[in-house]
Amino acid sequence: MAEILQLLIFGIVLGSILTLGAVGLSLTYGILRFAHFAHGDVMTLGAYFALTLIVSLQLPFLAALPISAGLTVLVALIADKLVYKPLRRTQPVILLIASVGIALILRSAIQLIWGSDVQTYSQGIQLPYRIADITIKPDHILIVACALVLVTAMHFFLQKTRIGKAMRAMSDNRDLAQVTGIDTDRIILWTWGISILLASVGGMLLALDTQLHPVIGWRLLLPVFAAAILGGIGKPYGAIAGGMVIGIAQELSTLAISPAYKPAVAFALMVVVLILRPKGIFSGRSI
Amino acid sequence: MEGLIGYLVPFVIFAGIYAVLSLGLNMQWGLTGLFNIGIVAFAGAGAYASALLTREPSDIFGIGLGLPFPVGLLGAMLVAALLALFVGWITIRLRADYLAIATIGIGEIVRLFLKNEAWLTNGVRGMDRIDRPLIARGDYGSNLFYMVVVLALVVAVYWLFERARRSPWGRVLRAVRDNELTAMAAGKNVVSYRLQAFVLGSAVMGLGGALWGHFVGFISPEAFLPMQVTFLTWVMLIAGGSGNNKGAILGAVAIWTIWSGSQILTGYLPNELATQAGAIRMLLVGLMLVLVLLYRPEGLLSEGMQREQDIRRQRQGKS
Repeated sequence: MAEILQLLIFGIVLGSILTLGAVGLSLTYGILRFAHFAHGDVMTLGAYFALTLIVSLQLPFLAALPISAGLTVLVALIADKLVYKPLRRTQPVILLIASVGIALILRSAIQLIWGSDVQTYSQGIQLPYRIADITIKPDHILIVACALVLVTAMHFFLQKTRIGKAMRAMSDNRDLAQVTGIDTDRIILWTWGISILLASVGGMLLALDTQLHPVIGWRLLLPVFAAAILGGIGKPYGAIAGGMVIGIAQELSTLAISPAYKPAVAFALMVVVLILRPKGIFSGRSI
Repeated sequence: MEGLIGYLVPFVIFAGIYAVLSLGLNMQWGLTGLFNIGIVAFAGAGAYASALLTREPSDIFGIGLGLPFPVGLLGAMLVAALLALFVGWITIRLRADYLAIATIGIGEIVRLFLKNEAWLTNGVRGMDRIDRPLIARGDYGSNLFYMVVVLALVVAVYWLFERARRSPWGRVLRAVRDNELTAMAAGKNVVSYRLQAFVLGSAVMGLGGALWGHFVGFISPEAFLPMQVTFLTWVMLIAGGSGNNKGAILGAVAIWTIWSGSQILTGYLPNELATQAGAIRMLLVGLMLVLVLLYRPEGLLSEGMQREQDIRRQRQGKS
C-alpha cells in the first residue's frame, strides 16, 4: 500500500511537469493549428537558462524561474518572427516541419553553449520528509505548488481577461474571431508567450526533480504529446487531466512492468485513446 | 587509386543508403503526405532483422540463422512493413500530426526494445560480425562490390517507385494528399491507399537500414542515432524536392556531401571544440531545413517540374 502511495506521489510530481508542457502544446495547437515539435527543446532551454542563473549568479531557484522563463519566451518570439510567421500562410504541416528544424537548432545550440554533460542545480542533498513509509522531498512540494499556481493563473487569464477571451474565441473559430475585430497577430503572440512560459517552467521543474541533459526535453516530448492528445488536443483544460493521468500511469506501471519501458506506457495509453476516442477523453467545447 | 577507393567508395555507399531511405520517405511524405518522424525505427528494425537472419549463430545471445544476404534484406523489409502496418493501422485514419507523434513513439519503443531485450539483440553491446554478400569484409574489392549492390538497389527502388508514381495508383496517392474529400468522392478507399503507401515506404526504409548494418558490420541501439538518421533523411527529401523521386536521390547525394564535408571541416577545429563537432553539424542540419522551407520550399527538383516533363513526354508519345 505504501509503495502504491509513494508511486502516486511521484506520479503527481511527474504529472505536474507534463501538464505544464501539455497545456502550452494544446494552446498553441488550438490557435496556430500545428503540433509544435520544438516544445520539448523549449523546456530544455528554460532549464538551462535557469542553470546559468543558479550556478553562476547564485540566484535562488524561485528568483531564477521568472527570469529564465522570460528569456525563453524571448527566444521563442524571435523564432516566431524569423521562421514561423513567414510560413504561417502555407499549410500547417510545413510549420510542423519547421518546428522540427527549430528543435534541432535549439538542441544543438544548448549542447554547444552548456556542453553535453549531466548537470544539476544544487550539489547538496535534501532531507526528505517522512510520513509513515512514504518519503516526500521538499522539491516535490515546490514542483506541485508551482504547477498549481501557474495552471490557476492560466485559468483566470483565459476566463477573465479580454485577451484570454479572444484566445478562446480564436480557438473556436478563427474566421469568426477575425470578423469580430480580434487582432489575430496579437493573439498569436500572446499564445506563444503563455505556452512557452509554461513549457520553460515545466523544464526547470523537471531539471529540479532530476538532472539536466540536452535531450531531457526531447525525451519528454512523447509523454507531453500523449497528455495533450489524451485531453483532446487544443483543449488546455483537458491537457491538465491528461498530464496527470500520464504521469501517474507511468509511475504506477513500474509495479507491473520493467521500469525500462516507462516511456512506452505514455505511448500505449495514447494509442488506446486514439483507437477508442480519437478526439480525446474530454471532448466538448474547445478551450 | 587505393586512396580513391578508400574514401570515395564508402561515401557513395552511404549516399546510396540514404537515397534508399529518402526514396522511402518520398513515398510516404512526398507522394501521400504522411508525416513519418520515426524513420530510425523502421531502419533499425530492418538492420536488426537482417543481421539476425544472416548472422552465424552465437553462443552468447539470440538467434543467428546464417541465411543468405538476399533473404536478410527481404526479412528486413518484411519486419519493417509489419511494424508500419501496426502503427499505420492505428493512426493512419487520423490527422497528419497524430501520425507524426505516433512515429516518434514507435521510434522510442523500438530503441527501448533493442536496448532491453538482450536475449535477442545483445542489448546495448550490440551485434558485430554482420557479413557482406559474396566478398567478405577486408578482402580486396569488398567495398567496391558492396557499392555495386547498393547502387543496383537504389536503381531498382527508383525504377519501381517511379513506375508507381506514374501509375493510376500513384495518382490516387497524390489525390489523397492534395484533396482527401475529392479522392473519397471518386470512390477511393483513402485509408487503404494511405496504409499501402506507409507500409511500402517503411519496407524500403527497412531495406536501407539492413544495407547499413551489412556495410558497417556492427549495429547497436546507440549506433542508430535517431537525430542523425531521421532528420538527415528529412532534410535530404525536403532539399531535393519532395514528391520527386529524382529529387529524393539528388537531395541524398547533395546533403550527404555537405554532411561529410562538414566532418572534414570540423576536423580542423581546435581540440577543445572538437567534441562539439557533432552539435555544430546538427545545428547546420536544422538551419538547412529551416532555410530550405523559407526560401525554396519546393526543393532543388520540384514536383511540378517533374509533372511538366511527364506531360511533355506523353504528348510526344502521342503525336
